[in-house]
Amino acid sequence: MLLISCPNCGSRDETEFHYGGQAHVAYPENPSALNDREWAEFLFYRDNTKGAFAERWLHSTGCRQWFNMLRDTVTYEIQAVYPMGSPRPDTPGPAPESGTASTAADSTTTGTAAPKISGTSISGTSTSSTSTTAPEGATK
Amino acid sequence: MAETAAPATTRQKDLSLRVSPAAQLRAAFETDSVRGLVELSEVPFLTMVGLRVNRNSDAGQRVASVTGGLPAGCGGVAGPGSTSVLWLGPEEFLVVAPTEAHESLGGDLIQALREALADGEGQVVDLSANRTTFELTGPRSRAVLEKGCSLDLHPRVLKAGTALSTEIGNIPVVLWKTGEDTFRIFPRASFADFLGRWLLDAMREYASPEVP
Ligand SMILES: [Zn+2]
Repeated sequence: MLLISCPNCGSRDETEFHYGGQAHVAYPENPSALNDREWAEFLFYRDNTKGAFAERWLHSTGCRQWFNMLRDTVTYEIQAVYPMGSPRPDTPGPAPESGTASTAADSTTTGTAAPKISGTSISGTSTSSTSTTAPEGATK
Repeated sequence: MAETAAPATTRQKDLSLRVSPAAQLRAAFETDSVRGLVELSEVPFLTMVGLRVNRNSDAGQRVASVTGGLPAGCGGVAGPGSTSVLWLGPEEFLVVAPTEAHESLGGDLIQALREALADGEGQVVDLSANRTTFELTGPRSRAVLEKGCSLDLHPRVLKAGTALSTEIGNIPVVLWKTGEDTFRIFPRASFADFLGRWLLDAMREYASPEVP
């Protein structure tokens, strides 16, 4: 059960909501110019994203209002809730290890030269350190 | 619509012919209420009006002057005295008023709302037959509702004077906490029988002595 935070009503159970499919599918500017294949793709073809996915939701048994939500289709983590009509917010860092590596590279580049090398070397060490810690946890 | 429901000035009204959505449960509500712990009853035929208007628009302010205010946000209830306005959505409200306020009984509430809205953007729709009203009261009423409602009903979160659209026993309802131990529940008419029986079932354990 997802706990969805409606922009109007706050946290409510998923059962109060209705799923509206992929968000930001724009209506064709000139529908009559579309051929059958393009029309079918507009109507029926949707992304099948693994990861952050922008989708529409309706709080059907609450305030009956639509809103957009950015949800990770793997972890089900809700990353953002934003109003209909506004653009998709920037996706947060895809994975924590690359995120920490990039900030570490930034902090080192402020003082020293050769940022690319230090950045790659740091990300290399961070991935190797996580790969060494993972088996420890697995053996426990 | 309005023309067909015009006040019958000449025709005598036989109100005993009206049947409320949970009329068949009246005897069960009476016998299965646990006096002093949790009691259930139907409050039939309340006047309800669906309002759709932006409360910040001119029309919204005119309507608010008839109802005694429009609630600002989720959970809000406005209006003094016997007529109350419940927040349903950002531009959607439910007016709940006594039976006599209905135009078929000579009340002028709905007409006054229509005149206040005038040609402003919005709607005033008589929804009196859409929902019925259950009143659940007593110190165990919260425990009964918690069996089928996922909202936090604890008094430190849900204060008296709050109304929320939600689900009880999987039935979409408006739940209005009118007092510390009193709730009004508005199910749609077609769900009234099911929800009435669901509540009776949820109340049943309190009729037996408490197991220590
Ligand atoms: Zn909502």
